[in-house]
Amino acid sequence: MDRILFGDNQFFGVNHVSDEKSRAQAIKFKEDTSILKTIDIAIAEGVKTFMCTTHERMIQICILIKQDATKYNNFNIYPCLPYAHKYANAVTELGVIGALKQYVPGNFFGSLLKGGFAFVSKDYISMMQLMIDAEMKMFNGIKTPVIFLQNVITDLLLGLGMKDLLKAYYDYVTKKYNAQAGFITMNMPMLLSVLESVGIHNPIICASINIDGFRMSGGKQLYEQTLETKAVRAIAMQVLSGGVTPPKQAIEYVCSLPNVESILFGASSRGNIQETVSLIRHFDKKMHLAAV
Amino acid sequence: MVRVALIGAGKMGISHLAILGAHADVELVGVVDTSKIVTDVLQKYSSFKCFDNATKMLEVAKPDAVFVATPTKYHASLVRELLANGKHVFVEKPFCIGVDEGNNLVQLSKQQKLINQVGYHNKFIGTFEEAHNIISSNAIGDVLHFSGEMNGPVVVKRKEETWRSKPDEGGGCLMDYAAHIIDLINYLVAPISKVHGVILKSFYSQSVDDAVFALLESNNNISGTIHVNWSDETYRKMSTTLTIIGTKGKIIVDSTELKVYFKDADCPAGYTKGWNIKHINEFAEPVDFYLRGEEYSAQIDYFINAVLGKVPNAVNTFESAWQTDKIIHQIKNYKTNYNG
Repeated sequence: MDRILFGDNQFFGVNHVSDEKSRAQAIKFKEDTSILKTIDIAIAEGVKTFMCTTHERMIQICILIKQDATKYNNFNIYPCLPYAHKYANAVTELGVIGALKQYVPGNFFGSLLKGGFAFVSKDYISMMQLMIDAEMKMFNGIKTPVIFLQNVITDLLLGLGMKDLLKAYYDYVTKKYNAQAGFITMNMPMLLSVLESVGIHNPIICASINIDGFRMSGGKQLYEQTLETKAVRAIAMQVLSGGVTPPKQAIEYVCSLPNVESILFGASSRGNIQETVSLIRHFDKKMHLAAV
Repeated sequence: MVRVALIGAGKMGISHLAILGAHADVELVGVVDTSKIVTDVLQKYSSFKCFDNATKMLEVAKPDAVFVATPTKYHASLVRELLANGKHVFVEKPFCIGVDEGNNLVQLSKQQKLINQVGYHNKFIGTFEEAHNIISSNAIGDVLHFSGEMNGPVVVKRKEETWRSKPDEGGGCLMDYAAHIIDLINYLVAPISKVHGVILKSFYSQSVDDAVFALLESNNNISGTIHVNWSDETYRKMSTTLTIIGTKGKIIVDSTELKVYFKDADCPAGYTKGWNIKHINEFAEPVDFYLRGEEYSAQIDYFINAVLGKVPNAVNTFESAWQTDKIIHQIKNYKTNYNG
């Protein structure tokens, strides 16, 4: 994985520390071209990977990216599925069965229900596989070397103890998409133990890792200890705690941690993108020199 | 260890279940749901024992405490059965549809000395908690007026109906959304006691309200308005903002930001005269397990700790939720131009 990954929260009105800012961003990025322009700024700064949810607006962005094959030749997308709000709203609207009917492709679900209630485990897993395929469709023709499970789903399965489904996701993505499976979580230490217990070693885990201990479940110390003592390829997100911590000390902190392979950040202005990228490079160099 | 069971594994129930499943002090002994697909998935992939009715679950699983997350219309009868069986109860909001049945349950929980809590999670959000501290320490002086605003994208077009669209089952924007802000005003400002005007409006729903606009007042003459609309698709998810005006300052607070204005330099430590802006990351205490927001884990921690006798049973009691039910009832029965 690249050291620096560019995220998409700012494009889709997601801001963890300000509802007001999130609405302003939704207005700023109304046009697909303004999203692409910002991605281009990140590319100009040397960023080669865009990590994004399967928000419906990504369908159009993917089409634009594919249209300019030479420009985006070296460009990777790390999809994060599913776009959970879509399903959560559907469950509120239609109930669990109604939501499944709407989102499981084809007549798979309908025909099973008609045939009486006789689901076997294999059916649930193939239902999940169909949903993954449906979400992955938009990325057809784009390089997606790592595919992530969104934190709401990862953490839901984690809390429910459904580790076989985490493993089924890992196996399917690895096999079908010839990609590495990644997990986004707000509970890194707990998830890592569970993944190890189903035979997934040295997994890619994207989690909140920041100097403030913000959204680090179980505490900052437990995260530091996990990174120091266990085999994990971590991606640090929310490194600026949502953009309210001074970037210099925030980035110096994550750059100093072992096993943090990549840093994920999102920004909407050229100035902020340049500042973050150059701070990561600066502190990486400093750490490297100190190590030598 | 507390032996916990859950009744109703729908959207909120599944979320509670995951948090309970990861909780170090909880042994999850049973899940009740009437949907076969839900219990089937849980039986196959989790270690939870499932039941299709509560009475059987109580007999077999013998929980100490039970979470109720069914549609609202089932709350009263289930909670009564649980209290009669000596169980501590956490029930989703709103508490009860009927004011009298709610009052009976408040009395019963007191007689039985059982821990009782309702899922008004906003009180466990750091920004609202800080606003509560500022207001109760009199730092913005006497409160004069409040305005509460809530928006979200639940019903943005005409569509198939679920229990949330049935008024007698606890559906509608008033029961589902407005309940939150009424409860928050009762807690942060003062208990609302008078309703001076109401418009309940249906934008898309056929039998329930999609918006609530009301003019309210507390016993100590604090006036206020609420504007609640669950049919606004410009909001990505539920958003709750409260503005509170006092004689010495003003607060604007939502789940992510706290803005406080102090008229003079006599203000709490960490604040200065004029505007102060603070964000949730300054207040959010890390939880042991996170799903969708610290507040969902924090409210469960609080309940479990109350059962274990480590904290008082003081936040979101049946009694406080019943106060909210009463105002919902008053708003619902206010003579309105509701077109339903």
